[in-house]
Amino acid sequence: MAGRVWIRGGHVLDPASGRDGRADVLIEEGRVIAVEALLEGVADAESIDARGLWVAPGFVDLHAHLREPGQEYKEDIASGGRAAAAGGFTSVACMANTNPVNDDPSVTDYIMDRARKDSPVRVFPVAAATRGLAGEVMTEMSALVAAGAVAFSDDGKTIMDSGMQRRVLEYSRMVEKPVMVHAEDRTLVRDGVVNEGAVSTRLGLPGNPAVAEVVHVARDLLLAELTGAHLHVAHVSTAGAVALLREARARGIHVTAEASPHHLTLTDEAALGYDPNTKMAPPLRGKDDVAACVAGLADGTLDAIATDHAPHAVHEKEVEFTAAPPGVLGFETAFAVVMALVREGKLTPLQLIACLAWNPARVLGLPYGKLEPGAAADLVLLDPVQRWSYDPAQGYSKSRNSPWAGQTLEGRVLATFVAGRLVHQAARGAAAA
Amino acid sequence: MMGRGLLAIEDLEREDIELILDTAFHMKEVGQREVKKVPTLRGRTIINLFFESSTRTRTSFEIAGKRLSADVVNFSPSSSSLTKKESILDTAKTLDAMDPDAVVIRHQVAGVPKQIADQLTAPVINAGDGAHEHPTQALLDLMTVVEEKGRIDGLTVTIIGDIAHSRVARSNIYAFTKMGAEVRVAGPPTMLPAAVECLGVKAFRSLREALDGADVVMALRIQLERLGGALFPSVREYSATFGIDRAKLRFAKDDAIVMHPGPVNRGVELSNDLANRRPSVILDQVRNGVALRMAVLYLLAGQKHGGPSEA
Repeated sequence: MAGRVWIRGGHVLDPASGRDGRADVLIEEGRVIAVEALLEGVADAESIDARGLWVAPGFVDLHAHLREPGQEYKEDIASGGRAAAAGGFTSVACMANTNPVNDDPSVTDYIMDRARKDSPVRVFPVAAATRGLAGEVMTEMSALVAAGAVAFSDDGKTIMDSGMQRRVLEYSRMVEKPVMVHAEDRTLVRDGVVNEGAVSTRLGLPGNPAVAEVVHVARDLLLAELTGAHLHVAHVSTAGAVALLREARARGIHVTAEASPHHLTLTDEAALGYDPNTKMAPPLRGKDDVAACVAGLADGTLDAIATDHAPHAVHEKEVEFTAAPPGVLGFETAFAVVMALVREGKLTPLQLIACLAWNPARVLGLPYGKLEPGAAADLVLLDPVQRWSYDPAQGYSKSRNSPWAGQTLEGRVLATFVAGRLVHQAARGAAAA
Repeated sequence: MMGRGLLAIEDLEREDIELILDTAFHMKEVGQREVKKVPTLRGRTIINLFFESSTRTRTSFEIAGKRLSADVVNFSPSSSSLTKKESILDTAKTLDAMDPDAVVIRHQVAGVPKQIADQLTAPVINAGDGAHEHPTQALLDLMTVVEEKGRIDGLTVTIIGDIAHSRVARSNIYAFTKMGAEVRVAGPPTMLPAAVECLGVKAFRSLREALDGADVVMALRIQLERLGGALFPSVREYSATFGIDRAKLRFAKDDAIVMHPGPVNRGVELSNDLANRRPSVILDQVRNGVALRMAVLYLLAGQKHGGPSEA
């Protein structure tokens, strides 16, 4: 499909330009040629009837685990890339906790090479901030950026040593890439596996207190202020962290932040049945925290919705709650899950697309997430009301660990284009439940 | 409701608890005979699946099963999916394939009996899971209090110690509350769980206030290894502030009884003297434990093939 494609009559949502209304989109040779109200007489183009659908820039995921190299039994770049495409993601940033860890340009090269060969979507490696995620020796940021790294993070192996974190932030200014943090003070988390509160008390499982996140966000905001570095706070889950971020932005600290679909829509009560597929890090929180995260997205305190797509094999999750690895699948359900925020009137459709596409692209400085003439033709066709039943076994990921398994979801990605190439297509209306 | 097993007191209705207690009082009579055995569960197989070691509870279940003429098999696999090759669910499914009539499960992690029960055909009895529940302990405690006080309704029950890490506390809170008692908890703030009021209790940091007007004083075992978890500074300080002796017991009602799930750290939770003699009823709790577990096994393992004809 290198030829012309004429997407006709859809509702175009392009946060970069503010366009929010019916228009045609013409793409050719991998680029957007025109976005205009109802073109006429386009010759030699394949026509797609998008009436009743949303046409939006392809989604950009700031936070995913593709598991390759090293844990291909959970996911690999090919399966993860197909799952991402099915979820409307055209660009995916993948975390460094592979085996070997992506702390060396050779590993970044490998990921880039696999992505070019295997993945239908663009893949952007996030390199480790420290060697082996050990929090002791910084990685070669300059060489890693040259190899393709777009950000640095030790993710779940949070750098607890404040002096080390300061140096990482300082050094990152040289390469002008964000440092992403999984903000949890491990000395407060201890063995906590569910949100500390009524749910942990009823379940008799060790609690992970909200303050573990808030304390760590406070520390890193102060270090970002000191160093002037770009701090990006991953998967914000607490009202306390949202409040600190709001204040920090007002003070001009260079900080961005994301929230994940599960933290925006589920509470800790989802864990009451001891299902390890409700175990995440940070854990699902209380309803006030969920409301604060949603409000943070709405007022711009949080920039992006990022999936934290974290595949784990069935046998790894079918164990004691405390022994199960944290994390859930995210790509294929993200759009439908967060559409609930639009239906509830918490976000406008344009805000939602900003959080899924334009804002995360800007966090990483990528030239995507927009639908303007000349831009790469990364775009999605979305049915905002189609209902479908989600069965992870029928999905593209190799893993099954989803808290939404078996549920009927509303809102569906019908087509995904990367550089003008159709990489995913679902039947219009056919899968309605 | 019971039916599929006994996983948590939180799941039970008051009528379920009354049925179990009524049955347990009948069973107690069996234990007082010269020949302590009835044929009720003859031909039935009960597996005691204890991932966490426990001599007392396992023995109590074993004697209960044998007094009902069931074939009782004890199985104590290594405890964690992390340290062995077979997952807990595979272990349980393997045993289930041998067609037991009931599986009694203890595990050090909360929720495991439920996770296993979801996969099994046989009814599962929770013999204690992590800091979640220990339902048969709470039921035998109810039975003991009924014997002592003639009722539960309207009593004040004070539970003292490490509430946060205690499955006995959770089950007893639900059990006594459902049966109409007022339940209070007391302990160092580091040992009270977050949002403890969600369990329907009032929390106290002062032992004296917690004991004021109490009919039942229940001391929990302090796990001395929790010292390392920074929950309390020393045994001496714990004993001085929350250990029960006859002097502190005077804050409670004159006829208050003292309970403990055992084993007692003498001189820590209870003074040596109080552990030995009334008003403590610790050995009555143990004695009732066998009768209560007979009742639970009878109600669950007996019903699978249409119910027993004789008790």
